[in-house]
Amino acid sequence: MTSMNATEAAATAVPYLAVNNVEVIYNHVILVLKGVSLQVPQGGIVALLGANGAGKSTTLKSISNLLHAERGDVTKGNIEFKGARIDQMTPNELVRRGVIQVMEGRHCFGHLTIEENLLTGAYTRKISRTELRDSLDKVYHYFPRLKTRRSSQAGYTSGGEQQMCAIGRALMAKPEMILLDEPSMGLAPQIVEEIFEIVKDLNGKEGVSFLLAEQNTMVALRYADFGYIMENGRIVMEGEAKELATNEDVKEFYLGLSGEGRKSFRDVKHYRRRKRWLS
Amino acid sequence: MGFFIETLLGGLMTGVLYALIGLGFVLIFKASGVFNFAQGAMVLVAALAMARFSAWAIELTGSMLFGNVIAFFMSVAFMIALAIAIERLVLRHLVNQELTTLLMATLGITYVLDGLGQTVFGSSVYTIDVGMPKEPLFLFQDVFEGGILLNPDDLIAALVGAALVAALALLFQYTKVGRALRAVADDHQAAQSVGIPLGRIWVVVWSVAGVVALVAGIVWGSKLGVQFSLSTVALRALPVVILGGLTSVPGAILGGLIIGVGEKLSEVYLGSFVGGGIEVWFAYALALLVLLVRPEGLFGEKHIDRV
Repeated sequence: MTSMNATEAAATAVPYLAVNNVEVIYNHVILVLKGVSLQVPQGGIVALLGANGAGKSTTLKSISNLLHAERGDVTKGNIEFKGARIDQMTPNELVRRGVIQVMEGRHCFGHLTIEENLLTGAYTRKISRTELRDSLDKVYHYFPRLKTRRSSQAGYTSGGEQQMCAIGRALMAKPEMILLDEPSMGLAPQIVEEIFEIVKDLNGKEGVSFLLAEQNTMVALRYADFGYIMENGRIVMEGEAKELATNEDVKEFYLGLSGEGRKSFRDVKHYRRRKRWLS
Repeated sequence: MGFFIETLLGGLMTGVLYALIGLGFVLIFKASGVFNFAQGAMVLVAALAMARFSAWAIELTGSMLFGNVIAFFMSVAFMIALAIAIERLVLRHLVNQELTTLLMATLGITYVLDGLGQTVFGSSVYTIDVGMPKEPLFLFQDVFEGGILLNPDDLIAALVGAALVAALALLFQYTKVGRALRAVADDHQAAQSVGIPLGRIWVVVWSVAGVVALVAGIVWGSKLGVQFSLSTVALRALPVVILGGLTSVPGAILGGLIIGVGEKLSEVYLGSFVGGGIEVWFAYALALLVLLVRPEGLFGEKHIDRV
Protein backbone atom coordinates (compact mmCIF):
# COMPACT_ATOMS: atom_id res chain seq x y z
CA MET A 1 0.00 0.00 0.00
CA THR A 2 2.73 2.43 0.89
CA SER A 3 4.64 1.66 -2.26
CA MET A 4 1.46 2.36 -4.22
CA ASN A 5 1.24 5.81 -2.65
CA ALA A 6 4.86 6.47 -3.43
CA THR A 7 4.42 5.67 -7.11
CA GLU A 8 1.30 7.80 -7.26
CA ALA A 9 3.15 10.69 -5.67
CA ALA A 10 5.98 10.28 -8.14
CA ALA A 11 3.54 10.28 -11.02
CA THR A 12 1.75 13.45 -9.98
CA ALA A 13 4.69 15.53 -8.79
CA VAL A 14 6.70 17.36 -11.44
CA PRO A 15 9.80 15.24 -11.98
CA TYR A 16 13.23 16.83 -11.86
CA LEU A 17 14.51 15.59 -15.18
CA ALA A 18 12.06 13.76 -17.37
CA VAL A 19 12.72 12.26 -20.76
CA ASN A 20 9.39 11.41 -22.33
CA ASN A 21 9.17 8.96 -25.19
CA VAL A 22 12.07 10.46 -27.10
CA GLU A 23 12.89 9.32 -30.58
CA VAL A 24 16.18 10.32 -32.18
CA ILE A 25 17.05 10.06 -35.84
CA TYR A 26 20.55 10.61 -37.19
CA ASN A 27 21.07 11.95 -40.69
CA HIS A 28 17.29 11.89 -41.26
CA VAL A 29 17.33 8.12 -41.73
CA ILE A 30 19.01 6.25 -38.91
CA LEU A 31 16.60 5.61 -36.07
CA VAL A 32 18.69 5.35 -32.92
CA LEU A 33 16.31 5.97 -30.03
CA LYS A 34 12.92 4.36 -30.35
CA GLY A 35 10.91 6.04 -27.66
CA VAL A 36 13.01 6.36 -24.54
CA SER A 37 11.46 7.52 -21.29
CA LEU A 38 13.29 7.97 -18.05
CA GLN A 39 13.32 10.15 -14.99
CA VAL A 40 15.95 11.43 -12.64
CA PRO A 41 14.80 12.61 -9.20
CA GLN A 42 16.38 15.62 -7.58
CA GLY A 43 19.58 14.64 -5.83
CA GLY A 44 19.58 11.18 -7.36
CA ILE A 45 22.21 9.15 -9.12
CA VAL A 46 20.63 7.26 -11.97
CA ALA A 47 22.56 4.78 -14.06
CA LEU A 48 21.83 4.16 -17.71
CA LEU A 49 23.22 0.77 -18.58
CA GLY A 50 23.57 -1.27 -21.69
CA ALA A 51 25.96 -2.61 -24.26
CA ASN A 52 27.78 -0.74 -26.98
CA GLY A 53 25.41 0.97 -29.39
CA ALA A 54 22.36 0.58 -27.17
CA GLY A 55 21.74 4.34 -27.30
CA LYS A 56 23.08 5.47 -23.93
CA SER A 57 25.25 8.25 -25.29
CA THR A 58 22.57 9.35 -27.69
CA THR A 59 20.11 9.60 -24.82
CA LEU A 60 22.50 11.83 -22.89
CA LYS A 61 23.24 13.93 -25.95
CA SER A 62 19.56 14.37 -26.67
CA ILE A 63 19.21 15.83 -23.18
CA SER A 64 22.25 18.10 -23.43
CA ASN A 65 21.36 18.88 -27.04
CA LEU A 66 24.78 18.10 -28.43
CA LEU A 67 23.01 16.00 -31.04
CA HIS A 68 22.76 18.72 -33.60
CA ALA A 69 26.49 18.79 -34.08
CA GLU A 70 26.28 15.14 -35.07
CA ARG A 71 23.32 15.61 -37.39
CA GLY A 72 20.96 13.99 -34.94
CA ASP A 73 17.45 15.22 -34.25
CA VAL A 74 14.89 14.60 -31.57
CA THR A 75 11.92 13.80 -33.77
CA LYS A 76 9.38 12.76 -31.16
CA GLY A 77 8.77 13.18 -27.48
CA ASN A 78 10.01 15.86 -25.17
CA ILE A 79 12.49 16.49 -22.40
CA GLU A 80 11.70 18.47 -19.30
CA PHE A 81 13.93 19.84 -16.60
CA LYS A 82 12.24 21.19 -13.49
CA GLY A 83 8.95 21.33 -15.37
CA ALA A 84 10.21 23.33 -18.36
CA ARG A 85 10.77 21.99 -21.86
CA ILE A 86 14.47 21.91 -22.66
CA ASP A 87 14.59 19.96 -25.90
CA GLN A 88 14.84 23.04 -28.10
CA MET A 89 17.50 24.80 -26.06
CA THR A 90 21.08 25.31 -27.15
CA PRO A 91 23.78 23.71 -25.00
CA ASN A 92 24.72 27.21 -23.87
CA GLU A 93 21.23 27.85 -22.46
CA LEU A 94 21.16 24.41 -20.88
CA VAL A 95 24.46 24.92 -19.10
CA ARG A 96 23.15 28.20 -17.76
CA ARG A 97 20.08 26.35 -16.50
CA GLY A 98 22.31 23.88 -14.71
CA VAL A 99 22.39 20.86 -17.00
CA ILE A 100 25.84 19.96 -18.27
CA GLN A 101 27.27 16.92 -20.00
CA VAL A 102 30.67 15.35 -19.42
CA MET A 103 31.32 13.68 -22.71
CA GLU A 104 32.45 10.16 -23.36
CA GLY A 105 36.19 9.99 -23.83
CA ARG A 106 36.86 13.01 -21.61
CA HIS A 107 37.35 15.58 -24.38
CA CYS A 108 39.64 17.85 -22.42
CA PHE A 109 41.15 20.73 -24.32
CA GLY A 110 44.54 19.16 -24.96
CA HIS A 111 46.53 22.32 -25.54
CA LEU A 112 45.11 24.18 -22.56
CA THR A 113 46.51 23.62 -19.11
CA ILE A 114 44.42 21.79 -16.55
CA GLU A 115 43.60 25.08 -14.84
CA GLU A 116 42.63 26.74 -18.12
CA ASN A 117 40.44 23.74 -18.87
CA LEU A 118 38.67 24.23 -15.57
CA LEU A 119 38.28 27.95 -16.20
CA THR A 120 36.55 27.36 -19.54
CA GLY A 121 33.90 25.50 -17.56
CA ALA A 122 32.90 28.77 -15.94
CA TYR A 123 32.34 30.43 -19.33
CA THR A 124 28.60 30.78 -18.86
CA ARG A 125 28.84 32.27 -15.38
CA LYS A 126 29.11 35.98 -14.83
CA ILE A 127 31.17 36.00 -11.66
CA SER A 128 33.93 37.99 -10.04
CA ARG A 129 37.53 36.92 -9.82
CA THR A 130 37.22 35.87 -6.20
CA GLU A 131 34.17 33.74 -6.89
CA LEU A 132 36.04 32.15 -9.75
CA ARG A 133 38.96 31.48 -7.41
CA ASP A 134 36.57 29.89 -4.90
CA SER A 135 35.07 27.65 -7.54
CA LEU A 136 38.54 26.56 -8.60
CA ASP A 137 39.49 25.82 -5.02
CA LYS A 138 36.37 23.76 -4.59
CA VAL A 139 37.23 21.66 -7.63
CA TYR A 140 40.79 21.24 -6.35
CA HIS A 141 39.33 20.19 -3.03
CA TYR A 142 37.41 17.35 -4.65
CA PHE A 143 40.21 16.51 -7.07
CA PRO A 144 43.49 17.14 -5.26
CA ARG A 145 45.33 15.42 -8.13
CA LEU A 146 44.31 18.22 -10.47
CA LYS A 147 45.91 20.79 -8.25
CA THR A 148 49.30 19.16 -8.60
CA ARG A 149 48.90 19.07 -12.38
CA ARG A 150 47.29 22.49 -12.73
CA SER A 151 49.86 23.95 -15.10
CA SER A 152 50.46 20.94 -17.31
CA GLN A 153 48.80 20.77 -20.69
CA ALA A 154 45.79 18.51 -20.37
CA GLY A 155 46.88 16.49 -23.39
CA TYR A 156 49.89 15.26 -21.48
CA THR A 157 48.05 14.09 -18.37
CA SER A 158 46.88 10.55 -17.67
CA GLY A 159 43.46 9.24 -18.58
CA GLY A 160 42.26 9.38 -14.99
CA GLU A 161 43.44 12.94 -14.60
CA GLN A 162 41.69 13.87 -17.83
CA GLN A 163 38.46 12.33 -16.58
CA MET A 164 38.80 14.30 -13.35
CA CYS A 165 39.56 17.40 -15.38
CA ALA A 166 36.42 16.87 -17.46
CA ILE A 167 34.23 16.43 -14.39
CA GLY A 168 35.93 19.34 -12.65
CA ARG A 169 35.39 21.49 -15.71
CA ALA A 170 31.69 20.68 -15.61
CA LEU A 171 31.59 21.52 -11.89
CA MET A 172 32.93 24.98 -12.65
CA ALA A 173 29.62 25.74 -14.37
CA LYS A 174 27.90 25.18 -11.01
CA PRO A 175 25.54 22.56 -12.40
CA GLU A 176 22.50 21.02 -10.74
CA MET A 177 22.54 18.03 -13.00
CA ILE A 178 25.53 16.34 -14.61
CA LEU A 179 25.13 13.93 -17.50
CA LEU A 180 28.16 11.72 -17.13
CA ASP A 181 28.97 9.61 -20.13
CA GLU A 182 31.09 6.51 -19.61
CA PRO A 183 33.38 7.84 -16.88
CA SER A 184 35.13 4.50 -16.46
CA MET A 185 36.17 4.16 -20.08
CA GLY A 186 39.77 3.06 -20.43
CA LEU A 187 40.64 3.59 -16.79
CA ALA A 188 42.25 1.29 -14.25
CA PRO A 189 39.73 -0.21 -11.78
CA GLN A 190 41.31 1.70 -8.92
CA ILE A 191 40.91 5.03 -10.71
CA VAL A 192 37.33 4.14 -11.65
CA GLU A 193 36.62 3.54 -7.99
CA GLU A 194 38.24 6.85 -7.08
CA ILE A 195 36.14 8.73 -9.62
CA PHE A 196 32.89 7.11 -8.55
CA GLU A 197 33.69 7.93 -4.91
CA ILE A 198 34.05 11.57 -5.91
CA VAL A 199 30.78 11.43 -7.84
CA LYS A 200 29.05 10.06 -4.76
CA ASP A 201 30.70 12.76 -2.68
CA LEU A 202 29.59 15.53 -5.04
CA ASN A 203 26.10 14.11 -5.01
CA GLY A 204 25.97 14.10 -1.24
CA LYS A 205 27.71 17.38 -0.45
CA GLU A 206 26.93 19.59 -3.42
CA GLY A 207 23.51 18.15 -4.15
CA VAL A 208 24.35 17.54 -7.80
CA SER A 209 22.12 14.98 -9.50
CA PHE A 210 23.73 12.55 -11.89
CA LEU A 211 22.56 10.62 -14.89
CA LEU A 212 25.41 8.35 -15.82
CA ALA A 213 25.78 6.11 -18.82
CA GLU A 214 28.00 3.15 -18.10
CA GLN A 215 29.07 -0.14 -19.53
CA ASN A 216 30.68 -1.06 -16.27
CA THR A 217 27.40 -2.27 -14.82
CA MET A 218 28.76 -3.65 -11.59
CA VAL A 219 30.42 -0.44 -10.46
CA ALA A 220 27.60 1.79 -11.71
CA LEU A 221 24.91 -0.16 -9.85
CA ARG A 222 26.96 0.00 -6.68
CA TYR A 223 26.96 3.78 -6.68
CA ALA A 224 23.60 4.56 -8.30
CA ASP A 225 20.17 4.58 -6.61
CA PHE A 226 18.22 3.63 -9.68
CA GLY A 227 19.04 2.03 -13.00
CA TYR A 228 17.68 1.75 -16.51
CA ILE A 229 18.89 -0.87 -18.93
CA MET A 230 18.88 -0.08 -22.62
CA GLU A 231 18.97 -2.33 -25.60
CA ASN A 232 18.62 -1.35 -29.23
CA GLY A 233 17.43 2.17 -28.57
CA ARG A 234 14.81 1.18 -26.01
CA ILE A 235 14.71 0.90 -22.29
CA VAL A 236 14.06 -2.75 -21.53
CA MET A 237 14.31 -2.85 -17.80
CA GLU A 238 14.35 -0.47 -14.90
CA GLY A 239 14.49 -0.70 -11.17
CA GLU A 240 16.21 0.13 -7.93
CA ALA A 241 19.94 -0.34 -8.34
CA LYS A 242 20.00 -3.05 -5.67
CA GLU A 243 17.24 -5.01 -7.36
CA LEU A 244 18.90 -4.80 -10.74
CA ALA A 245 22.18 -5.94 -9.28
CA THR A 246 20.56 -9.12 -8.05
CA ASN A 247 18.38 -9.75 -11.11
CA GLU A 248 19.33 -13.06 -12.72
CA ASP A 249 19.34 -11.82 -16.32
CA VAL A 250 21.29 -8.70 -15.52
CA LYS A 251 23.78 -10.84 -13.70
CA GLU A 252 24.07 -13.18 -16.63
CA PHE A 253 24.51 -10.66 -19.38
CA TYR A 254 26.00 -7.58 -17.83
CA LEU A 255 27.89 -8.86 -14.87
CA GLY A 256 28.95 -12.16 -16.37
CA LEU A 257 27.95 -13.96 -13.19
CA SER A 258 25.95 -17.10 -13.36
CA GLY A 259 25.75 -20.19 -11.26
CA GLU A 260 24.83 -22.68 -13.93
CA GLY A 261 27.45 -22.11 -16.63
CA ARG A 262 26.76 -20.67 -20.05
CA LYS A 263 23.18 -20.17 -21.10
CA SER A 264 21.89 -19.90 -24.62
CA PHE A 265 20.42 -16.61 -25.74
CA ARG A 266 17.30 -18.55 -26.68
CA ASP A 267 16.53 -19.26 -23.06
CA VAL A 268 16.62 -15.61 -22.09
CA LYS A 269 13.55 -13.52 -21.65
CA HIS A 270 13.23 -11.05 -24.51
CA TYR A 271 12.92 -7.76 -22.76
CA ARG A 272 12.93 -5.79 -25.96
CA ARG A 273 9.45 -7.08 -26.78
CA ARG A 274 8.00 -5.45 -23.72
CA LYS A 275 5.92 -2.45 -24.66
CA ARG A 276 6.46 0.72 -22.77
CA TRP A 277 4.39 3.78 -22.21
CA LEU A 278 3.17 5.30 -25.48
CA SER A 279 5.53 3.33 -27.64
CA MET B 1 77.97 48.79 -43.25
CA GLY B 2 75.44 51.54 -43.77
CA PHE B 3 74.07 49.69 -46.78
CA PHE B 4 73.81 46.43 -44.82
CA ILE B 5 71.82 48.07 -42.06
CA GLU B 6 69.62 49.80 -44.57
CA THR B 7 68.84 46.46 -46.25
CA LEU B 8 68.26 44.89 -42.87
CA LEU B 9 65.81 47.60 -41.83
CA GLY B 10 64.06 47.40 -45.17
CA GLY B 11 63.70 43.66 -44.64
CA LEU B 12 62.35 44.12 -41.15
CA MET B 13 59.70 46.54 -42.39
CA THR B 14 58.60 44.18 -45.14
CA GLY B 15 58.59 41.47 -42.55
CA VAL B 16 56.11 43.35 -40.40
CA LEU B 17 53.85 43.76 -43.40
CA TYR B 18 53.95 40.02 -44.01
CA ALA B 19 53.35 39.40 -40.35
CA LEU B 20 50.23 41.56 -40.44
CA ILE B 21 48.68 39.24 -42.99
CA GLY B 22 50.09 36.15 -41.30
CA LEU B 23 48.34 37.19 -38.10
CA GLY B 24 44.96 36.83 -39.75
CA PHE B 25 45.80 33.25 -40.71
CA VAL B 26 46.96 32.44 -37.22
CA LEU B 27 43.86 33.88 -35.57
CA ILE B 28 41.43 31.78 -37.51
CA PHE B 29 43.62 28.71 -37.34
CA LYS B 30 43.84 29.02 -33.58
CA ALA B 31 40.12 29.33 -33.13
CA SER B 32 38.83 26.80 -35.62
CA GLY B 33 41.79 24.65 -36.51
CA VAL B 34 41.34 25.47 -40.15
CA PHE B 35 43.63 27.28 -42.52
CA ASN B 36 41.69 30.22 -43.84
CA PHE B 37 42.36 30.62 -47.53
CA ALA B 38 40.05 33.60 -47.57
CA GLN B 39 42.40 35.79 -45.56
CA GLY B 40 43.84 37.35 -48.72
CA ALA B 41 40.39 38.05 -50.09
CA MET B 42 39.45 39.60 -46.75
CA VAL B 43 42.44 41.91 -47.03
CA LEU B 44 41.28 42.92 -50.49
CA VAL B 45 37.68 43.48 -49.44
CA ALA B 46 38.74 45.41 -46.35
CA ALA B 47 41.05 47.62 -48.38
CA LEU B 48 38.36 48.20 -51.00
CA ALA B 49 35.87 49.15 -48.32
CA MET B 50 38.36 51.50 -46.69
CA ALA B 51 39.28 53.10 -50.00
CA ARG B 52 35.68 53.75 -51.02
CA PHE B 53 34.46 54.78 -47.59
CA SER B 54 37.37 57.17 -47.07
CA ALA B 55 36.91 58.80 -50.48
CA TRP B 56 33.28 59.37 -49.59
CA ALA B 57 33.86 60.46 -46.00
CA ILE B 58 36.71 62.83 -46.82
CA GLU B 59 34.57 64.51 -49.44
CA LEU B 60 31.70 64.72 -47.01
CA THR B 61 33.58 66.11 -44.05
CA GLY B 62 36.26 67.96 -45.93
CA SER B 63 38.79 66.81 -43.39
CA MET B 64 41.40 64.24 -44.19
CA LEU B 65 41.88 62.98 -40.63
CA PHE B 66 38.23 63.00 -39.69
CA GLY B 67 37.16 61.36 -42.92
CA ASN B 68 39.69 58.59 -42.53
CA VAL B 69 38.65 57.91 -38.95
CA ILE B 70 35.01 57.66 -39.99
CA ALA B 71 35.93 55.44 -42.90
CA PHE B 72 38.01 53.22 -40.61
CA PHE B 73 35.12 52.64 -38.25
CA MET B 74 32.74 52.08 -41.13
CA SER B 75 35.15 49.49 -42.51
CA VAL B 76 35.40 47.81 -39.11
CA ALA B 77 31.62 47.63 -38.99
CA PHE B 78 31.65 46.23 -42.52
CA MET B 79 34.15 43.53 -41.60
CA ILE B 80 32.09 42.57 -38.54
CA ALA B 81 28.99 42.33 -40.70
CA LEU B 82 30.98 40.13 -43.04
CA ALA B 83 32.04 37.90 -40.15
CA ILE B 84 28.43 37.50 -39.04
CA ALA B 85 27.39 36.67 -42.60
CA ILE B 86 30.13 34.06 -42.93
CA GLU B 87 29.11 32.45 -39.65
CA ARG B 88 25.42 32.39 -40.60
CA LEU B 89 25.83 31.22 -44.15
CA VAL B 90 28.82 28.92 -43.96
CA LEU B 91 30.34 28.00 -40.62
CA ARG B 92 27.10 27.29 -38.76
CA HIS B 93 26.32 24.48 -41.16
CA LEU B 94 29.72 22.92 -40.86
CA VAL B 95 29.96 22.38 -37.12
CA ASN B 96 31.79 19.16 -36.33
CA GLN B 97 32.58 18.42 -39.94
CA GLU B 98 35.93 17.27 -41.20
CA LEU B 99 38.56 19.98 -41.23
CA THR B 100 39.07 19.44 -44.95
CA THR B 101 35.44 20.40 -45.46
CA LEU B 102 36.00 23.65 -43.61
CA LEU B 103 39.18 24.22 -45.60
CA MET B 104 37.30 23.86 -48.87
CA ALA B 105 34.64 26.18 -47.51
CA THR B 106 37.22 28.91 -46.92
CA LEU B 107 38.44 28.38 -50.46
CA GLY B 108 34.87 28.98 -51.59
CA ILE B 109 34.62 32.09 -49.42
CA THR B 110 37.76 33.39 -51.15
CA TYR B 111 36.13 33.37 -54.57
CA VAL B 112 32.88 34.81 -53.31
CA LEU B 113 34.69 37.65 -51.56
CA ASP B 114 36.97 38.36 -54.51
CA GLY B 115 34.01 38.59 -56.83
CA LEU B 116 31.54 40.23 -54.50
CA GLY B 117 34.04 42.79 -53.24
CA GLN B 118 34.77 43.99 -56.73
CA THR B 119 31.12 43.93 -57.71
CA VAL B 120 30.10 46.05 -54.76
CA PHE B 121 33.05 48.41 -54.58
CA GLY B 122 34.15 48.46 -58.22
CA SER B 123 37.20 46.89 -59.76
CA SER B 124 39.35 49.84 -60.70
CA VAL B 125 42.51 50.70 -58.84
CA TYR B 126 41.88 52.86 -55.81
CA THR B 127 44.21 54.59 -53.47
CA ILE B 128 44.15 54.78 -49.74
CA ASP B 129 45.72 57.87 -48.31
CA VAL B 130 45.68 57.91 -44.55
CA GLY B 131 48.15 60.76 -44.48
CA MET B 132 51.20 58.70 -43.69
CA PRO B 133 54.38 60.71 -44.14
CA LYS B 134 56.07 59.74 -47.37
CA GLU B 135 59.26 61.79 -47.05
CA PRO B 136 62.09 59.34 -46.48
CA LEU B 137 64.07 59.83 -43.34
CA PHE B 138 67.84 59.78 -43.23
CA LEU B 139 69.15 58.46 -39.96
CA PHE B 140 72.67 58.33 -38.54
CA GLN B 141 73.98 60.63 -41.17
CA ASP B 142 77.03 61.38 -39.05
CA VAL B 143 77.79 57.68 -38.42
CA PHE B 144 77.59 56.35 -41.96
CA GLU B 145 78.26 58.07 -45.18
CA GLY B 146 74.93 59.15 -46.63
CA GLY B 147 73.05 57.90 -43.56
CA ILE B 148 70.42 55.20 -43.57
CA LEU B 149 67.33 55.62 -45.67
CA LEU B 150 64.12 54.78 -43.88
CA ASN B 151 60.55 55.11 -45.05
CA PRO B 152 58.44 56.57 -42.25
CA ASP B 153 55.30 54.82 -43.49
CA ASP B 154 57.09 51.50 -43.09
CA LEU B 155 58.08 52.52 -39.60
CA ILE B 156 54.51 53.38 -38.67
CA ALA B 157 53.29 50.11 -40.14
CA ALA B 158 55.85 48.29 -38.05
CA LEU B 159 54.69 50.01 -34.87
CA VAL B 160 51.03 49.31 -35.64
CA GLY B 161 51.88 45.69 -36.34
CA ALA B 162 53.78 45.32 -33.09
CA ALA B 163 50.93 46.88 -31.10
CA LEU B 164 48.40 44.61 -32.76
CA VAL B 165 50.44 41.53 -32.00
CA ALA B 166 50.86 42.49 -28.36
CA ALA B 167 47.14 43.12 -28.00
CA LEU B 168 46.21 39.84 -29.63
CA ALA B 169 48.71 37.83 -27.60
CA LEU B 170 47.20 39.25 -24.41
CA LEU B 171 43.68 38.58 -25.66
CA PHE B 172 44.45 34.96 -26.38
CA GLN B 173 46.43 34.17 -23.28
CA TYR B 174 44.67 35.96 -20.50
CA THR B 175 41.03 36.72 -21.26
CA LYS B 176 37.96 34.57 -20.94
CA VAL B 177 37.16 34.99 -24.61
CA GLY B 178 40.72 34.10 -25.54
CA ARG B 179 40.52 30.90 -23.50
CA ALA B 180 37.21 30.07 -25.11
CA LEU B 181 38.75 30.66 -28.54
CA ARG B 182 41.54 28.23 -27.82
CA ALA B 183 39.09 25.74 -26.36
CA VAL B 184 36.99 25.85 -29.51
CA ALA B 185 40.11 25.28 -31.60
CA ASP B 186 40.94 22.18 -29.59
CA ASP B 187 37.56 20.53 -29.57
CA HIS B 188 34.35 21.98 -31.01
CA GLN B 189 31.98 19.58 -29.34
CA ALA B 190 33.60 19.71 -25.92
CA ALA B 191 33.54 23.50 -26.08
CA GLN B 192 29.84 23.29 -26.83
CA SER B 193 29.30 20.88 -23.97
CA VAL B 194 30.60 23.35 -21.40
CA GLY B 195 28.32 26.01 -22.82
CA ILE B 196 30.64 27.96 -25.07
CA PRO B 197 28.46 29.23 -27.91
CA LEU B 198 30.38 28.26 -31.04
CA GLY B 199 28.59 30.71 -33.28
CA ARG B 200 29.41 33.73 -31.18
CA ILE B 201 33.04 32.67 -30.81
CA TRP B 202 33.37 32.31 -34.56
CA VAL B 203 31.84 35.71 -35.15
CA VAL B 204 34.34 37.17 -32.70
CA VAL B 205 37.31 35.49 -34.27
CA TRP B 206 36.35 36.28 -37.86
CA SER B 207 35.68 39.86 -36.82
CA VAL B 208 39.11 40.14 -35.24
CA ALA B 209 40.64 38.52 -38.30
CA GLY B 210 38.64 40.99 -40.38
CA VAL B 211 40.03 43.95 -38.44
CA VAL B 212 43.55 42.56 -38.81
CA ALA B 213 42.87 42.20 -42.53
CA LEU B 214 41.67 45.79 -42.56
CA VAL B 215 44.87 47.05 -40.96
CA ALA B 216 46.92 44.96 -43.37
CA GLY B 217 44.78 46.21 -46.24
CA ILE B 218 45.30 49.84 -45.26
CA VAL B 219 49.04 49.43 -44.90
CA TRP B 220 49.51 47.41 -48.08
CA GLY B 221 46.90 49.40 -49.95
CA SER B 222 48.53 52.72 -49.22
CA LYS B 223 51.81 51.30 -50.51
CA LEU B 224 50.66 49.39 -53.57
CA GLY B 225 47.26 50.84 -54.32
CA VAL B 226 44.05 48.88 -53.82
CA GLN B 227 43.50 46.39 -56.58
CA PHE B 228 42.81 42.75 -57.17
CA SER B 229 46.44 41.72 -56.81
CA LEU B 230 46.19 42.61 -53.14
CA SER B 231 44.43 39.32 -52.48
CA THR B 232 47.43 37.40 -53.78
CA VAL B 233 49.74 39.22 -51.40
CA ALA B 234 48.35 36.86 -48.80
CA LEU B 235 50.02 33.95 -50.49
CA ARG B 236 53.35 35.61 -49.83
CA ALA B 237 52.49 35.51 -46.16
CA LEU B 238 51.88 31.78 -46.30
CA PRO B 239 55.54 30.86 -45.72
CA VAL B 240 55.53 33.30 -42.84
CA VAL B 241 52.97 31.35 -40.87
CA ILE B 242 54.52 28.03 -41.80
CA LEU B 243 57.83 29.27 -40.48
CA GLY B 244 56.42 30.84 -37.33
CA GLY B 245 53.91 28.11 -36.61
CA LEU B 246 50.24 28.29 -37.47
CA THR B 247 49.17 28.50 -33.86
CA SER B 248 51.50 31.18 -32.61
CA VAL B 249 50.77 34.90 -32.67
CA PRO B 250 54.37 35.87 -31.82
CA GLY B 251 55.46 33.21 -34.31
CA ALA B 252 53.69 35.08 -37.09
CA ILE B 253 55.55 38.27 -36.31
CA LEU B 254 58.93 36.59 -35.95
CA GLY B 255 58.35 34.50 -39.06
CA GLY B 256 57.49 37.68 -40.91
CA LEU B 257 60.67 39.38 -39.76
CA ILE B 258 62.89 36.41 -40.59
CA ILE B 259 61.43 36.11 -44.05
CA GLY B 260 61.43 39.84 -44.70
CA VAL B 261 65.06 40.17 -43.70
CA GLY B 262 66.10 36.91 -45.37
CA GLU B 263 64.51 37.94 -48.64
CA LYS B 264 66.21 41.29 -48.80
CA LEU B 265 69.61 40.19 -47.59
CA SER B 266 69.77 37.11 -49.79
CA GLU B 267 68.69 39.16 -52.79
CA VAL B 268 71.38 41.73 -52.19
CA TYR B 269 74.24 39.47 -51.15
CA LEU B 270 73.52 36.18 -52.92
CA GLY B 271 71.44 37.38 -55.84
CA SER B 272 74.43 38.15 -58.02
CA PHE B 273 75.65 34.55 -57.84
CA VAL B 274 72.46 32.96 -59.11
CA GLY B 275 71.35 35.70 -61.41
CA GLY B 276 68.96 37.42 -59.01
CA GLY B 277 65.31 36.76 -58.33
CA ILE B 278 65.94 35.12 -54.97
CA GLU B 279 63.42 37.41 -53.32
CA VAL B 280 60.59 35.70 -55.18
CA TRP B 281 61.20 32.16 -54.03
CA PHE B 282 63.31 32.57 -50.92
CA ALA B 283 60.35 32.48 -48.54
CA TYR B 284 58.89 29.34 -50.07
CA ALA B 285 62.21 27.51 -50.02
CA LEU B 286 62.63 28.42 -46.38
CA ALA B 287 59.11 27.27 -45.57
CA LEU B 288 59.76 23.96 -47.28
CA LEU B 289 62.87 23.48 -45.21
CA VAL B 290 60.99 24.24 -42.01
CA LEU B 291 58.28 21.77 -42.93
CA LEU B 292 60.88 19.07 -43.34
CA VAL B 293 62.65 19.71 -40.09
CA ARG B 294 59.97 21.06 -37.79
CA PRO B 295 56.47 20.70 -39.24
CA GLU B 296 54.77 22.63 -36.45
CA GLY B 297 56.90 25.69 -37.17
CA LEU B 298 59.23 27.53 -34.85
CA PHE B 299 56.63 28.35 -32.21
CA GLY B 300 53.67 26.24 -33.15
CA GLU B 301 51.97 23.93 -30.71
CA LYS B 302 53.07 20.38 -30.97
CA HIS B 303 50.32 18.05 -31.96
CA ILE B 304 49.38 16.06 -28.88
CA ASP B 305 48.23 12.52 -29.44
CA ARG B 306 47.51 9.94 -26.81
CA VAL B 307 47.94 6.36 -27.86
